[in-house]
This record gives sequence, structure tokens and C-alpha cells, in this order.
Amino acid sequence: MDRLLNVTTVLSVILIIIVLASVRRAHIRVEYSVSWLLAAVAMLVLSRAKPLLDTVRNLTGLPDSPLTLFLLGAGVFLLMFFRFSVIISHLRDDNVALAQRVAILEYHIQSLKNHEKQEA
Amino acid sequence: LTRPVLPGSLLIIIPAFNEEGAIASVIGEVHEFVPGAPVLVIDDSSTDETRERARAAGADVLPVPHHLGLGGCVQAGYKLAWELGYAYVIRVDGDGQHDPRDIPRVFQRLKNSGCEMVIGSRFVTDNGSRTGKVRSLGIRFFRLVLRPILGKPVHDPTSGFVGVNRNALNVFRASFPLDYPEIEALVVLQRRRFRFEEVPVRMRPRTTGRSSITALKSLYYVVHVLLGVFVNVLKFERRLHRAPRAGDQTPGEGG
Repeated sequence: MDRLLNVTTVLSVILIIIVLASVRRAHIRVEYSVSWLLAAVAMLVLSRAKPLLDTVRNLTGLPDSPLTLFLLGAGVFLLMFFRFSVIISHLRDDNVALAQRVAILEYHIQSLKNHEKQEA
Repeated sequence: LTRPVLPGSLLIIIPAFNEEGAIASVIGEVHEFVPGAPVLVIDDSSTDETRERARAAGADVLPVPHHLGLGGCVQAGYKLAWELGYAYVIRVDGDGQHDPRDIPRVFQRLKNSGCEMVIGSRFVTDNGSRTGKVRSLGIRFFRLVLRPILGKPVHDPTSGFVGVNRNALNVFRASFPLDYPEIEALVVLQRRRFRFEEVPVRMRPRTTGRSSITALKSLYYVVHVLLGVFVNVLKFERRLHRAPRAGDQTPGEGG
């Protein structure tokens, strides 16, 4: 049990370091780093505060603390993946609209050029 | 950039991706059977010579900057047609399966019926058109699903041989399904109380290339389209039961 909590602590710290380093190098935008940081900090706190983890375990009625920690972690990351799916969907829609706009504007520019050539 | 509407004007759009083998003959046939109608090929970032051959055959080309898929391409064509002021748009495929001899019939029905969409259908009358077993099964399934939703039978819901008028253009330029658009587009129009009709057309076997549809993709297609249909139905049911508000915007459907 203690080993599992220690491993979770180490993984949480590594995740925080990776996220902060990525933000510093501009590999990830600040707004998208917040949810990763919150998730990592939440896992860190739960792995270090055993009474808190026990309270959560009692509230959820789960048989033991490692399972509670695992399910909480899985739930948090599932929510984050869903959030990113929403973001990706919006980005795809915006990207398609933008590509269509670029194509149409290029078409108009080409038409104007052809028109000018014909007049010249 | 939107120009005034040209009453009675028709634009033929051909979405194409790597169709260098067939595109020139399709354009040639369109010019032959619909003389005077401009042809716009929407090139979905083909890696072959589709674009050059389309231009050489006398079509205008709208090259999109990167691969958008069928729905994105068709919508780009609809957007441009709207801006150029066309009253009617008919879409045919670039692989030569749709017979351009049927375009005048679709166009006549569009103009005379006043309905927003006309579907070129292989199955309104038995004209000898044949499809694969899996596709045929899918079409039968969607006929059953769509019958209660549309309130009338549709014989060929997956047909890409489609004509639309300016009312439908106005809807589709704002919102059009990106993947597998035919069935979802039909539902979107119907939920707006727009009308559609079917006219019989011939479907020819593919002359070049080969279909990319596999059994797994067919299954994905069914699930994807079913989800899109029901999402649209639910969305519009909610909207119909909501009191109309001033300035209510309609676009946003499709996926």
C-alpha cells in the first residue's frame, strides 16, 4: 500500500515537472496545462494525505485505498481526455472552415487576376 | 463578396480526390449534355494530376489547402456557389459513376417542383443499377430508419447525385456534415420542413480506381451515420418545442 502511494507521489511529481517544463518551452499552451497540473496535484495530495484518501474511500464505499486511488486517477484522466476530444472537435471545425475560406478567397483573387488580364 | 442572385443559373460541382483517370471525361460529358453550365471541381488536395486535367478539360478548380474529406469539399463548393449567386447547384461524383445525361432531368425537377433538394436515385424505377451486397443491405437498413423520420420513403438515401436550390444552399453553407454527408444532410433539410424529391438516374460502374469501402468501414459508416441522424433529430425536436426567439440562428447541425 505504502509503496503504491510512494510510486503515485513520484509519478505525480514527474508529471508536474514535465508539464511545467513544457509550458516553459512553449510546447503546450498555458490554458491546456492547467488541467494536467490540477490532475497531477490532486494525485500528489491524495497519495500523501492518507486520512483524506481513507475519507474518500469511506464516502465511495470502495473496499480498499489503492482501488480508490486508481479509480479516482482513472476518472480524472477520462474527464481530461473527453475535454481534449471536445477541444479537438472544435479545432477541426475551425480548421475546415478556415481551409474553405482560404480556398474561396484564392479563387476570387485568381478570378480578379484573370479579369484584369482580359481587360489589359 | 456575395454577388446578386442569377435567377435560373446552375452550377455543376464535382468533388474530386485523386480522380485523374476519370475527371476529364466526366467534365467533357457534363459540357456535352449540359451545354453552357459552368463546372467547378473541388480538388481535395489530390496527389495526382486531377487539378491540371480538370483545368485542361475546361472546368474551374477550387483547390482546398489540405485534405478535408467529402463533406468539407462539397460544403466549400456550396459556399462558393452561394457567393457567386447561383440559384441551383448539382453535385456529381468525379469517378464517372454518375451519368451526366441525367443532370438536365434533375435540374428540371429542381426548377419545376420548387422543392429544396432533388436526389438522383438508382432505385425509384428498376433501371438495372446494381450495387454490392453490403451496400445494398446498408441502403435497405437506412430506408427503414429514415422512413418515420422523413415522413415519406426515400429510395436511395446514400446517393451523391444531388441537386439543391438556394434555400438549401443557405443552410448547407452554414452547416454541412463533414463525413458521409448524404443521409445526414437529408435529415437536416427535412427537419427544417424543406422538401425533397427523387428522380431516376443511371449509375455506371466505376471506370478507374477502386472503392475504398471495406467491411469494417461499412460498419463504422452505419454507426457514424446513425448517430448523426439521431443527434439531428433530437436537436431539432428540442428546437421545435422551444418558443422561437428573435434572431434565432439555425446553423450548427451536422458533424
